[in-house]
Amino acid sequence: MITLILRRILIAIPTLFLVSLFVFALQRALPGDPVLVMAGEERDPEVLARLRELYRMNDPLFVQFFAWLGQVVQGDFGRSLRTGEPVLGLILQKLPVTLQLATAAILVAIAIGVPAGILAARRKGTVVDYSTSALALSGLSIPNFWLGIMLILLVSVHLKWLPASGYESIFVHPWAAIERLIMPAFVLGSGLAAFLMRHTRSAMLEVLRSDYVRTARAKGLDEDTVVHRHALRNALVPIITLTTLLFGELLAGAVLTEQVFTIPGFGKLIVDAVFNRDYGVVQGVVLCTAIGFILMNLLADVLYILVNPRLRAA
Amino acid sequence: MTLLRTLATASVLALAALHSFSPAKAQTPSTLRIGLQEDPDMLDPHKARTFVGRIVFMGLCDRLVDITPELKLVPRLATSWAFSADGLTLTMKLRTDAKFHDGERFDAAAAKANIERAKTLPESLRKSELSSVDTVEAPDPATLVMKLKRPDATLLAALTDRAGMMLSPKSFSGDVSAKPICSGPYKFVERVQNDRIVLEKFKEHWEADKYNFDRIIYRAIPDTTVRLANLRSGELDMLERLAPTDVKSAKADSSLKVESIANLGYQGITINTRNGDAAKQPMGQDKRVRQALSLAIDRKVLSQVVFEGLYEPMNQPFNPGNFYLSSDFPVPERDVAKAKALLKAAGHEKVSVELFVTNNPVDNQLGQVLQAMAQEAGIDIQIRSTEFASQLRDQQQGKFQMSRIGWSGRIDPDGNIHPFVTTGGGQNDGKYSNPEVDRLLNQARTVYDPAERKKLYDAAQKILQDELPIVYLYNQTVFFALRKNLDGFVINPDGMIRLAGLKRS
Amino acid sequence: MASVDSISSGATGGATARPGVLARLSRNPAALIGGGLVLLFVLMAVLAPALPLADPFKSNFLAIRKPPSSIYWFGTDELGRDQVARLFFGAQASLLAGIVSVLIAVAVGLPFGLLAGWYGGWIDIVISRVTEALLACPFLILAIAFAAVLGPSLTNAMIAIGLSAVPIFIRLVRGQVMSVKVEDFVEGARAVGARDLRLMFRHVLPNTLSPIIVQSTLFMARAIILEAALSFLGLGQQPPAPSWGQMLNVAKNFMEQAPWMSVAPGVCIFLAVLGFNLLGDGLRDALDPREN
Repeated sequence: MITLILRRILIAIPTLFLVSLFVFALQRALPGDPVLVMAGEERDPEVLARLRELYRMNDPLFVQFFAWLGQVVQGDFGRSLRTGEPVLGLILQKLPVTLQLATAAILVAIAIGVPAGILAARRKGTVVDYSTSALALSGLSIPNFWLGIMLILLVSVHLKWLPASGYESIFVHPWAAIERLIMPAFVLGSGLAAFLMRHTRSAMLEVLRSDYVRTARAKGLDEDTVVHRHALRNALVPIITLTTLLFGELLAGAVLTEQVFTIPGFGKLIVDAVFNRDYGVVQGVVLCTAIGFILMNLLADVLYILVNPRLRAA
Repeated sequence: MTLLRTLATASVLALAALHSFSPAKAQTPSTLRIGLQEDPDMLDPHKARTFVGRIVFMGLCDRLVDITPELKLVPRLATSWAFSADGLTLTMKLRTDAKFHDGERFDAAAAKANIERAKTLPESLRKSELSSVDTVEAPDPATLVMKLKRPDATLLAALTDRAGMMLSPKSFSGDVSAKPICSGPYKFVERVQNDRIVLEKFKEHWEADKYNFDRIIYRAIPDTTVRLANLRSGELDMLERLAPTDVKSAKADSSLKVESIANLGYQGITINTRNGDAAKQPMGQDKRVRQALSLAIDRKVLSQVVFEGLYEPMNQPFNPGNFYLSSDFPVPERDVAKAKALLKAAGHEKVSVELFVTNNPVDNQLGQVLQAMAQEAGIDIQIRSTEFASQLRDQQQGKFQMSRIGWSGRIDPDGNIHPFVTTGGGQNDGKYSNPEVDRLLNQARTVYDPAERKKLYDAAQKILQDELPIVYLYNQTVFFALRKNLDGFVINPDGMIRLAGLKRS
Repeated sequence: MASVDSISSGATGGATARPGVLARLSRNPAALIGGGLVLLFVLMAVLAPALPLADPFKSNFLAIRKPPSSIYWFGTDELGRDQVARLFFGAQASLLAGIVSVLIAVAVGLPFGLLAGWYGGWIDIVISRVTEALLACPFLILAIAFAAVLGPSLTNAMIAIGLSAVPIFIRLVRGQVMSVKVEDFVEGARAVGARDLRLMFRHVLPNTLSPIIVQSTLFMARAIILEAALSFLGLGQQPPAPSWGQMLNVAKNFMEQAPWMSVAPGVCIFLAVLGFNLLGDGLRDALDPREN
């Protein structure tokens, strides 16, 4: 176990290096001049030249990259070209926002997906099974930016039940936070619910077929107990690992959902930074989300082994 | 099954409960919440570049002079001022009772330090605004003397904006963008990028009794519909740049009121006449083709289709109602026949030209309307939608034939014309060049008498309206929407939100 | 969602019984509905020019944002163009986006996946590291960045989406190849002396096809949403050519005044994507005997 974790962390280092290199190259390939964007309506060539020097834009690319890398290793992610704020500070500011949304979305996904999956597995082959699957797939098929717009139109503009945008921390203003989380969490979660539903269903099906359950049934236990007490616990394994993986994906920020609901998380930060050619921010945030993604993958694998004693020997 | 049912009932109940008692909705009586179209950039007035940043500065930083809605200069941190007879020295008398947010006194030495910072800081974007200033002196704490390299009629106007804003000199060594320590009626509390900027009342401000709110929260909400929804639901007290397509429904809402005024700038098309190879096509080379374009466009219909008729047509660099408008050039009616004739005289039956627009729905719509109109006159416009950053770069490098541009406008007329059409002008991406225009506009900068200046601008316009390096289209009228109970708002063509006198009734 | 798909990817090789597949597929009502929707969508796109529709490019300044009526079944847009026509022609953009991006993803991903899975060793390590690095970047950001680099247009959006999906296909193919190459029949062929290339193309590749087909179908669904998302951000199909995502981007500013502008394109995207998802799911079930 320890060796597994250590090995994975070691492997992660070249991966992260590649990620940074790739993002760096991609950004420099973006057409346009960040200094021009930064300077706004000011076009004095002297000022522009001075800005370019200040941000080391005239250095050869590999020098710029390794300079950045060197700073990162020391914990300095540079500054946002747009607002001058330190990138690390921005990341720390946005992390709780995205985490809050991701957690809420996962909760919604679990609340919808797991019971639906259990239901579909128990009523396998019937209309209930097919319609639950179809419903789950629908959640997956709706473009979430459209769903978000439709919800805002209905719930905020017409019914005036919930605010249309914004973010409040659940630790500071719990009611306000929840009000603002409901719609975006539902939009994000409904897509994820489909995955959870399908996996719960197949995991349950597999378990329900197993000898273990057949024995429980033979003992005369009623179906409900069989399902909830025995089968579900074992089916939880792939569900947990899937949840951890999805969480890792969500960390990247639900870009479109944040855009539609004006949530100041990672997703919005990155998209704006790409359009503003704010190099430092994009690089810093992508590096962090890559780290998060790798960590989540590692966590999923560890959990999988922990919960599955058969694999521990391997 | 029961699990699902319980979950469903629980969520319905929760929603109903939230709706019935949501304490967050209750207004804290002394917080003013303002909705902005974009997130401001640096909160350092010497490095800032955005329009919305200026709105925040209205609360955060005091400046030397201010303007009224009629664009008259009035005292702020400077109580009076005068130019020397030769126009080369500006002497200003300063307030003695003003303080910075860190408690330090405002005086001439501090003002001098600020102006020098604006001129010398490497990343300062205020250099060209202060280019005429040679040296700054502070002979006594209440007197500021600026020696100029040349007479400059635009200087005072520059001092009403970021170039004249006063930061605490002790804060220069700190992180000004992140924690600005300035001189305005409100001081900086915190900032969450892409979300909000929070300011708190500065109790020792010299004008503190005019400001009725304890806190100001500026929230960046780019989506116009969502911003309006927030205002409607009471999450915001006012917002800037109400979209013209939302004006009707905002006016119909009895809990809101809408105020508007012509904006200082313009929106139009800049044509590449001399910047590289892309200029070597009929539109760039022959003024008759450009005149044809201007005549082929029905500015009224354009405004009607895209902006509900709420933006006024323009054909000069000065906004509707501006003193410097030349009466010789009224906004032309559409004249397709004349446009066709002009094309023919230039030797073309049809002309093909590429127009850059920024890739957002409004600009795209605008481009398509122009395309449809110009087509009837024989001008075939190809629309190329580009990202803002690429557009800037391509324009600067001359890789464009026509490009749609907008200018937020300056109080002083020079700022709306000089950088755009003079040889080597900072905003003159089309590299238009005419020595006579240069001479007239350069001279106009040095003349302090408005009537005399107007004569020069009129003369320059005679040439410019003939050569048309820029085709002006419309004026982006400023629309503010406020909650009905918010009183005391004084609208200004510069589009700013001045906080004095605002109160909730 | 690469890792997710690799958990649930179906067939593990073996000679697939082709006739059985179609039979199983036709017994699955969901798959049939999906197939029907896909067919409808393809017909919409392909037949659009031949149908008696209004000109999707003709603007009418007197009929801006008119609600649905007998003349304009779905109303008009911000330039007075008939929405029905725009929807039909917009299907072309979505269909193209789906097909081309999948083709790019497979064309680039397949060879690399084959190489990595078959040869193992250093080749595998290098390809796997690079693939992991690409997968660790948020997918949509990759697509946005690629599209921004290339410039806003439909073609570039398709390339961007395709390129962003390459790592997913590499991983899929690699996994398949690795599990197939240890199967008896491959070992047997090798024992008889068959050369690597022949083994790869004749024996291994055909058995990796099933999951590729499934993944491609499912990815087409994602590609359609992605094209819409990129257009929504201003990076996809540019006006005046129609695209469902772009129509939504315009519609969001008129949610109150003209809600019909938001509904139709969204429903179209939903149905097309649902169709591909149902079909892909059905294919997965049909091609993997284990599930049933």
